[in-house]
Amino acid sequence: MKPVIEIKGISKKYDISHLRKTNYRTVREDLSALLRRPTSLVSGKVRKKEEFWALRDVSFDVNQGDIVGIIGRNGSGKSTLLKILSRIVDPTRGEAILHGKTASLLEVGTGFHAELTGRENVYFNGSILGMKRSEINAKFNDIVEFAGVEKFLDTPVKFYSSGMYVRLAFAVAAHLDPEILIVDEVLAVGDAEFQKKSLGKMSSVARDGRTVLFVSHSMPTVQKLCNKGVHLVDGQVAKIGTMKQAVDSYINSHLKTRPLFDLPLPPRPKELAGYATSVAIFDSQNHPASSIVFGQDFTIKIAFKINRPLENFVIAAGFKNSMDVAVRTIWSKGRPIQPGSYTAGFRFNDVMLETGLYNIELGLSEKEMPFDNSEGQAFFNIEPSATHDPRILKLSGSGIVLNTEDVMIERS
Amino acid sequence: MDQLETIIKPRSKTTIDFKEVWAYRELFFFFTWRDIKVRYKQSVLGAGWAIIQPFATMVVFTLFFNKVAGIKSGAVPYAIFSYTGLLFWNYFSSALNQVSNSLVGNQGVITKIYFPRIIIPISATLLGLVDFFFAAIVFAVLTIYYHITPGLEGLLLVLPMLLLSLITALGVGTFFASLNVKYRDVRAIIPFIIQLGLFLTPVIYPVSSIPHKYQWILSLNPLSSVINTMRAGLLHQGSVNWADLGISVISATVFLAIGIWYFKRTERQFADII
Repeated sequence: MKPVIEIKGISKKYDISHLRKTNYRTVREDLSALLRRPTSLVSGKVRKKEEFWALRDVSFDVNQGDIVGIIGRNGSGKSTLLKILSRIVDPTRGEAILHGKTASLLEVGTGFHAELTGRENVYFNGSILGMKRSEINAKFNDIVEFAGVEKFLDTPVKFYSSGMYVRLAFAVAAHLDPEILIVDEVLAVGDAEFQKKSLGKMSSVARDGRTVLFVSHSMPTVQKLCNKGVHLVDGQVAKIGTMKQAVDSYINSHLKTRPLFDLPLPPRPKELAGYATSVAIFDSQNHPASSIVFGQDFTIKIAFKINRPLENFVIAAGFKNSMDVAVRTIWSKGRPIQPGSYTAGFRFNDVMLETGLYNIELGLSEKEMPFDNSEGQAFFNIEPSATHDPRILKLSGSGIVLNTEDVMIERS
Repeated sequence: MDQLETIIKPRSKTTIDFKEVWAYRELFFFFTWRDIKVRYKQSVLGAGWAIIQPFATMVVFTLFFNKVAGIKSGAVPYAIFSYTGLLFWNYFSSALNQVSNSLVGNQGVITKIYFPRIIIPISATLLGLVDFFFAAIVFAVLTIYYHITPGLEGLLLVLPMLLLSLITALGVGTFFASLNVKYRDVRAIIPFIIQLGLFLTPVIYPVSSIPHKYQWILSLNPLSSVINTMRAGLLHQGSVNWADLGISVISATVFLAIGIWYFKRTERQFADII
């Protein structure tokens, strides 16, 4: 079967100038640079341009009816790839061929104007997304019903609640009828119920034999939704295969675990009540460790600084598994604390975690108001034990917590 | 399956794909329609501004340039003389302003959805036509007030002259719009250019106040010919100077070509930079 999407050697280069926060320039800047140039030529200094390859030689095919999840860390090129396939930016090299009517949703509500009414925005947004006027007319009632904003159709959307706004915007997008749908993480908007509705709509699109390309950070979502996966690392394809294979590749490459993680300094650290500086992991013998043997105790130590006296200070630590499920959180008891440097040790001696990678989360609060937190900065691994524990049959796949408990077995 | 095929590859073309623009014509009209809706929703007086603004300017011009400074407009009353100039100059300057800011103003759409980008500046030229229409009604009232019967030649030339103004605004504006994407201080230069342009165009003064042998130079500015032609055709002030008009048509075409050329040259970077 001929693929619906053929991606052949797509590369994208960006030029980034040093020490520049914005991409655009001013005439004044460039003119003064020009005036300085004669001298800078003599001294051999030329304004440096740094090249950045957001994508490098990316090739893969997508067949009709596939739902492809594209995953990778921030900056791995996922969004650039979607932008190229949506024709918003041009590739530097290579080409892609899309067979069929394509719609891309990189944002919910593109072109929505606050001054226009719900009705007017449906027409403009639909048109921007590639619908014909006759098509919008035909689907108008369905769109309004899906969004549940019948009563406010002739109200400018600036008076809408954010929920209504997002529902209306998504409703328009959900009624597109493309053969190929390219979706960025637009599902990350709205409340849980709305997200569920959007996900349902996406999987029904795929059941109709349409092809979906979906970029997401959420491993549970892509695993639920997608049958094919592409894992990008630094703009290159690291893995193409089933979604499961791609997710495994993502988890394995995600971060090398190590015993000590220095946390990035928060912006304006002096103004905070305090902040965490590092996370360290220790095994049952109190040795620094990056990997803990299944069933063994371990300790997470968090170093933190306190800038001013606090009355009811609480520090919390916990971890999420590779599917982003929060497994465990421990809070310290509230206590007053004086400025200074401290270490908090969280000992985990009562859970037997399934093997795999875990992500440490932590938070600092005063009077139940959090003032610093961190997630995705520190990791540890639970590895299988060398000696087999006869009580545990499977070290992964039967649950996150694998504690053995007394089970009453009685003859009846 | 529909055999629609999209090929994405590095762009090298420097011409406009008219077939594609035609395929997106509905979006083009929606852009214009949205801008008109928003424009008139955001003002209390709505269309009132379109009438008050040129009328008040005319009154001020008449008081200061005609009565105080003593600029003469020949046999034609200065008020309607300057209003004819303002009618077209206001359309041109507002269109130029709209077009110049159109790409940056629509960056939210440009970075999220694909469509032929040229739609945006072209659609921006149409917004001012609504104001032009209302201002033209005032002109009609003024002709009655001053007992002037516009010539047939003049009436037939109104639309071509409007088109010539539109093309000039589109050409110059598209150039600035593309430049504006890269250099954000261009936005501050445009009002200055418009202000300067008002004096380089015979809006306030008659072209006859310039030595005859230099008048053709003024025609390099298409708006100059637009206004002279309209004064000749509608107010019977002299006769239409077809040679100068020809120069202006060529000059407007050159402006448009430069604008589109620069636009196409920088188009592929828009989404990268914005």
